[in-house]
Order: sequence, then structure tokens, then C-alpha cells
Amino acid sequence: MTVMYESALQRYEPVFGLETHVELGTRTKMFCGCAAVFGAEPNSQVCPVCLGLPGSLPVVNRLAIEYTIKIGLALNCSIASWCRFARKNYFYPDMPKNFQISQYDEPLCTDGYLDVLVGGKTVRVGIERVHLEEDTGKSLHVGGATGRIQGAEYSLVDYNRAGIPLVEIVTKPVPDTGFLAPEIAKAYVSELRDVLRTLGVSDVRMEEGSLRCDVNTSLSVRGSGVWGTRTETKNVNSLRSVERAVRSEIERQAGVLDDGGRVIQETRHFHEDTGVTTSGRSKEEAQDYRYFPEPDLVPVAPPREWVEEVRAALPELPSARRARLVAAWSLTELEFEALRNAGALEVVEQTVARGASPADARKWWLGELARRANDSGVEVSELLITPAAVARVAELVASGSLNDRLAREVIEGVLEGEGTPDEVVAARGLAVVSDDSALLAAIDSAVADNPDVVARIRDGKVQAAGVLVGAVMKATRGKADAARVRELIVERLGV
Amino acid sequence: MDELITMSAAEMSAAMMAGEVSAAEVTAAHLDRIGSVDGRVRAFLHVAGDDALAQAREIDRRRAAGEPLGPLAGVPVAVKDLFTTVGMPTTCGSRILEGWYPPYESTITRRLREAGAVLIGKTNMDEFAMGSSTENSGYGPSHNPWDLTKVPGGSSGGSAAAVAAYEAPLALGSDTGGSIRQPASVCGIVGTKPTYGGSSRYGVVAFASSLDTPGPFGRTVLDTALLHEAMSGHDPMDSTSIDAPVPPVVEAARHGDVSGMRVGVVAEFSGDGYQPGVMARFTETVELLESLGAKVTEISCPHFKYALPAYYLIAPSEVSSNLARFDGMRYGLRAGTGSAEEVMARSRAAGFGAEVKRRIMLGTYALSSGYYDAYYGKAQQVRTLIIRDFDNAFGQVDVLVSPVTPTTAFPIGERADDPMAMYLADLCTIPTDLAGNSAIAVPCGLADEDGLPAGLHVMAPPLADDRLYRVAAAVEAAYLDRWGHPLLAEAKGLLA
Repeated sequence: MTVMYESALQRYEPVFGLETHVELGTRTKMFCGCAAVFGAEPNSQVCPVCLGLPGSLPVVNRLAIEYTIKIGLALNCSIASWCRFARKNYFYPDMPKNFQISQYDEPLCTDGYLDVLVGGKTVRVGIERVHLEEDTGKSLHVGGATGRIQGAEYSLVDYNRAGIPLVEIVTKPVPDTGFLAPEIAKAYVSELRDVLRTLGVSDVRMEEGSLRCDVNTSLSVRGSGVWGTRTETKNVNSLRSVERAVRSEIERQAGVLDDGGRVIQETRHFHEDTGVTTSGRSKEEAQDYRYFPEPDLVPVAPPREWVEEVRAALPELPSARRARLVAAWSLTELEFEALRNAGALEVVEQTVARGASPADARKWWLGELARRANDSGVEVSELLITPAAVARVAELVASGSLNDRLAREVIEGVLEGEGTPDEVVAARGLAVVSDDSALLAAIDSAVADNPDVVARIRDGKVQAAGVLVGAVMKATRGKADAARVRELIVERLGV
Repeated sequence: MDELITMSAAEMSAAMMAGEVSAAEVTAAHLDRIGSVDGRVRAFLHVAGDDALAQAREIDRRRAAGEPLGPLAGVPVAVKDLFTTVGMPTTCGSRILEGWYPPYESTITRRLREAGAVLIGKTNMDEFAMGSSTENSGYGPSHNPWDLTKVPGGSSGGSAAAVAAYEAPLALGSDTGGSIRQPASVCGIVGTKPTYGGSSRYGVVAFASSLDTPGPFGRTVLDTALLHEAMSGHDPMDSTSIDAPVPPVVEAARHGDVSGMRVGVVAEFSGDGYQPGVMARFTETVELLESLGAKVTEISCPHFKYALPAYYLIAPSEVSSNLARFDGMRYGLRAGTGSAEEVMARSRAAGFGAEVKRRIMLGTYALSSGYYDAYYGKAQQVRTLIIRDFDNAFGQVDVLVSPVTPTTAFPIGERADDPMAMYLADLCTIPTDLAGNSAIAVPCGLADEDGLPAGLHVMAPPLADDRLYRVAAAVEAAYLDRWGHPLLAEAKGLLA
């Protein structure tokens, strides 16, 4: 029986690890000149090499090597001065050669780490290796209940994907994370995705399969110090699924162990709809991949100078950016996380660059704009308003030309395509009424209409002035500067 | 015999340039020759016929139009059936590829077409180049033109037989363990295994990637050098191709000379299993080299005795992986129905012959987890030791010599059921393949016992292929002088 998460964690300590596959965004494939573009007509981006036709030979894509080195450097890895490709042999119809050119015991990058932030704390996830390989074709199994090859009537294979450069990033096992294991797993993938996006080496779209995760999970009986048998969960295709898959495996394995059972080393399949995993093929009767060095390729020996050039050209990485922004904007780690989780980091930074204060920029993007994005079901960064426009709105508020309510109207106008903030202010007539004579007339009416309030103010209850301010604001349809109105009322009543 | 087919390739191309003959006439004469003898020799799996004539007419048109012509203009070339060729099938001698027309051209045949050569047809071979007799062909054996009851050697036996039978002046082969030199030797012609990486493997269907070396056959040393030069050079489509100038092989073939050259006789290649007639011709030839001014010494290469076992681990290991793609899914034979896995298994069971299956099984075993270090890993270490033996030898001498193969052509059927006996045919040639350097086979007379050709094997360091031709041309010239005619003129029957 599956047991509840909290209960499981009382008796067991989870250990997890992640294998992440990333399709590189090179223009051409790993070993041939075919285009590596997503979504083309099936089998339209193929040639003798990526179809594995007899006699064809692979030639390494130099840019893919460079991208992999970039990833390795960003993940604090050592870059091998000499490494080789290896053949991983197994039969499957979506593999044109019935072997995959991959790396085995000589990966390009080894032994690094990635720091991830969870609940305001930094957790260091060790990186075992980063290696380069070719993707397989894509099978579509038709007929049959499961969409898998077993039971299908027939299968179609699209080799457009075959030979697209694929980087595999393998973490070291991550122990001692307790209850936070699922969350840390998710945060790792999220941070990794940010790193890869920042490096510009992949479009990292989980839904299109350009970033795919396998999650390894095992349980250790608390206090035993012995790690249990691990399972490998595949088909984990979103950040949320990473978290759910780890959690679900912890619960399932705890149930097996509680019942006196044995966790089997196997591949498990994650189901998005139910959030549980089911058994795939067992690794105990595992395939022997008969790895050996790829004889059709020469070793890869990136010169030190080249690696250093690549290192020098790395963009600012998310962790460095975090440190910089937290300091510059005086944020707590939690505030930073909120900003990043809202996907507003980029736009806020650009808004600040356009002159807004960090506090104002955060206020608008996390407040009004986040609400509007949420209402229309888009990311804040996808809203039809530029950081420059937001900075201008903040500027108008700071100078007293707009109050918050008017500013929200300006934003609405911009989002509805009415032009720049200044154009919206002009067209909608939204400027704060700053002409004292116009305000004094409205104050006179308010004083005349509310003799009892006036009496209370004169009796010393100055806070009652709010009623008069409200009346003036109503009369000016909100265009007055409330603070100025209060000053004028106090002056008029001589209190 | 028609002079148009007995001329050397060098003479053919000269006559063509001079306008004395047309490419179409030369090609037609060779097609006639194929028509009259190939029913008995069975060198060809595919004769290009009209396609070859069309290629020849195009050469003639270019010559008439005054367009530049390549060095092999109008010369017919027979192509081992593992080079991919557009417009001609490529079967690798296997039923699993029966009827496969490749959609792309190998680098080497493309270069030959550009050099003006006429690709006259595809030649028979041991299935996927595994064998030393062509008896492993899925389409029946080829026959040795010297004696039709004998094998022409292998695996490039069809190419060697075609050249020896005057069906083509030149032919392409590939050498993985001796598959050019051994058939050249037993057919009494010249054949070279160039330096590994000196000739492109792009479009050469793989047997063992780290060993496969395409190379030329010819009836004369100069012809062989002409083809060697035309087919060679760096190819960006082959990562293992060497980016260096082609050694000056034609120049060397024109100036055979061994005076002052240091020649090492490999001590290990003699004794039991070597046919006396073969050894007699070899010893005579070493004496000939000495008389021509070479300094001959004996050199020991102590690890060469491990070459054969190491080869039979490395080559099958690569085979087990290289041949995995033949599964009936995308091209070639598809046998039976059922699940994908069942169709793959049935297609492979039906399409591959016994020797190919044997090597796939050997290689699968050698690479399997737990055995890798003891077999594949150990064999690679042996390979390093063999390279060191060569390095050591070439520190003392300029070239090494040995017999090409321990015996002359053996009878068809004699070793067909004895793989070990068959494997011994490549005893002297395998070390060169493992080390990746270059070697040539050149005729050196007939064995007394059976009157069949024996060959001299000359080995040179990597990228010193020109040395081979310098030695071979000197031997060829000296024997021509001594005999008064080329060795092939002594062949009886078919060749008379």
C-alpha cells in the first residue's frame, strides 16, 4: 500500500538524482548537415548519415561541442582535455543504426555542481557528468491501448529528430534533503533550465521535448545509512511533474518497504493525469549495451585556450545575477524567489534600467500587472506593455502627475493598445487636477454640504477631514492629488 | 585477345587522349570481354552495360568539345560491391541488401567519375567482406582466371578476378585483413592497401571501421598507382580521413629503384604452413632485391603472432555493431511478419550467411559486459604492441617484406567448412591492417607445385605508400626483364 507522504518521511530518508536530456539549439544535427528544426514535415530533414544508411559516416558538429563545454563550465565542471564518443548498442526501430553514438566512460564534462535556492536556502546539487550524444527518431505507435509499441497495430517513425545533438546532464545522488526532496528536485530542473536558457544553447521547452527528465529515487531507512534500490522514472515532462514524480515514488516505495517488500530496480513511467508511476521494463534483466569507442570518429581534444575563450565569453549566470540583484535591490532571498517564480525578473530589471526604482518596478509587475496577466492566462512577460512604459508610469506617479488609481487606468489603456502612457494620459484626460483654484471650488462645496463634519473638525477631530477629501475626490472624479486636497482643507478651515 | 583490353590503363588513357581510340570503343570491348568470359569467372554481380557506355560517350563528348579530362579518362574500373553507387545496386555480396540502390555516391567512386573513369560494374565479394575466397558471397563464388577450379582469394576476389581476366584494367577493393593483397597475390596482379585514412571510407559499407581501407587493383604497378592517386586524398565526410597530401605514388611507380634501400625480412612469416613454392619465389625475390642494391636484413616482429587472434576479436566486435542496422526496417530484405523485434530477427536470420552470423556472435560476445576487458580491451593492447613492432622495425629499415599469403590459390570448397584454415590466408597481411600502415602485393612468380602465382608483400610506414611503389616497380621491371613477359602471360586456358 502506498503511504502518506508525511508518514513515509518519518521512517525513510529519500535520495534522488536526475538525468536531464537537453536538445541543443544548433542549426544542424550532431553528425550531419541536416536542419535541426522542431515541427517539420516528418522525414523531411534526413540524409544518408542521420538515416544510418550503409556506408555513411558521422562528422562531429563543432558548435555542439562548444555548447556542451559552455554547459559544463556553467555547471562548474572539469572539461576533459581528451575524450571519445562510444557506441551504445541496442535494437529499436527509431534508431537508424541500431546503436546510438553517445559517450560512456569518457564524458566531455565531469564533476561539477549547481546551487539551487529553495525556501530562501541554498542547496548544492552535485553534477556527475555532462555528455553529448545523438537523439533517436520519434515513434508513433498506432492502435493499441497504451500508445506504446506493445499491442500497437503499426508504428510510424519520424527520423527528423534522429541525430539532433542531445546533452545529458547527470546529477550525483542528492541525499539528506528530507521533506524538501520533491521541491529541491523541481528547483534544480528550474534552475538548470534558467542556466541553459541564459547560455542560449537550447530553447529548453519541456512540452516540445527539448528538455526531458528522468528521475531516480530511492529510500534509505532512517538512521541505517544504507541507500535503498533506486527506480528510474521516465516521461516526466514538466516542472510540476518532477516534484510529483519524486513524491509519488517516495510514497510508493515506502508502502512496498512497510509491507516487507523489496523495491525492484526498474524503469517506471510517470502518468501526468494520475500523478503516479507504473512499472516499465525491469533493469534487473537489463540490456547489455556493449559500449565500445566509436571507431568512425576521432577523439575530441578541445584545446585549453579554446575552453578558456568559451569560459571568458559566458554570459552572467542566474546565480551571479541573483547575488547582484539581491544586493542592488536590497531584497531578501524570498523576495527574489517570488520575483523569479513570477517570471518577472527580466521585465523588472529592464524597468529599473529605464529609470524606475526597484521597489516601484516590483510593485507594478508583481501587483497590477501580475493580476492582469493572471486574468488573461499569460505570463507577465507576455503582456503587451513594455518595461519602458511601466517605468514611465512609475515616473508619472512619483512626480505627482498621476495617483495610483489613475496609473492603473493608464496601464489599462496601454494594454488595450491606446498608445504610450503619455498618449493614454492625454487621450483619456487622466492627469491629476493640480490647479488649486479648481480644487478650492470643490472644497467650498464640500464644506457647505457637510456642516456637521466641519464642526467636528473644528472641535479637533482632524481625521474627520477624510470625509471632505473623499467628497472632493468624488467631485473631481479621482483626478485630484488627495494629499494636496487635505492640505487645502486644513488651510481653508484654519485648523 | 583484343588489344583494347590487354593494354594497360596508362596506355588506354594515353591512346584516348591522342584520339587513337574512343572511350566508347574501350568500354564496348570490355563489355564484350565480360560477356564472353564472366559466365565462367563470375567476377561481376552487376554489369553496368548501357550505363557504362553512356559514361564513356560522355567522356568522348567532353574530349571532342575540348573540355579538360581527368587522369583516368575513358578507363573502365570495376567496383567492389560495397561502394555505394548511384544508378547501380550495392549488395555487399549479401542477400540482405539484394536489390538495394543507394541514394548517394561514395566519395571514391565520385572522385573516379570526376577523373573520367567509366564504372563498368560491381564485383563479387565475400559477404560484407568477411572471407578470403569469395565463397561466402550470397551470390555464389567467383573463380580464379588462372584455374577456374580455384578461388580468386577474397574478400575482394571479384575485383581481382576481373582485372586478371582482362574484364577491366583497374578495380577497386577494400582491405580489412588482407582483402586486397591476398586476392591480388593469388590472381597474379598488383593490389595495394593504402595507409588507413588515406582513402575515404565515406560510402564504403563498413565491415570493421577501424581497419577498412579502400584500395586499388591493377595489372601493372603504374596502373595501380594511377588508381591509388585518383581515389585518395582527404575527405571531410570521413572523420578518420587524414588531412595530408597524397604520397607521390605515381611518381614512385615510374621510378622503381631499391638501391640503397633498407629492406627487412619479417622473421616470423615463414615455416610451418607456408607452401614451399611460395617460399621459394619469395626467397628468390629477396635475392633479386639484394642484387638490385637493397640492403636486406632480417627483422623480428615478436608480437605479429598475436595479430590473428587480436584481429578476430576487434573486427567481429565492430561487425556486431556495424551490421546491426540491417534489420529489415528501412531497406533491404524484410522477412516474415510479427512484432518489430520478430521481423528484425527473421530478416537477419534469412539475410545473413553463416560466416557473417559467426562474426556477429563472436563480436557480441567479446563486447559484452564482463568480457570486454578480457577480449576487446586485451586485443586493443595487442594492437598497440603490433604498432610498436612496426615502429621498431621502421626505425631500422625502410620497408618490410614477406610472402603475401602462405599458399597459392586453393581449390573452391577446400576450406569452406574450416574457418580456421580460411583465416590463416590472412596471416601475413593482418598486422598491417591492425597498425594502419600501407602495404602492396606484387607478383613474384609461379609456385613450382601448382604453377599458380605467388606474391611479394611489401609493407611501409603510414603515409609512406610511395615506398611500396618504388620497390614494386623495381621488382616488376626486373622480372619483366628476366621473364621477357608479364606474369599473366603465363596463364593458361581462359587467359590464353
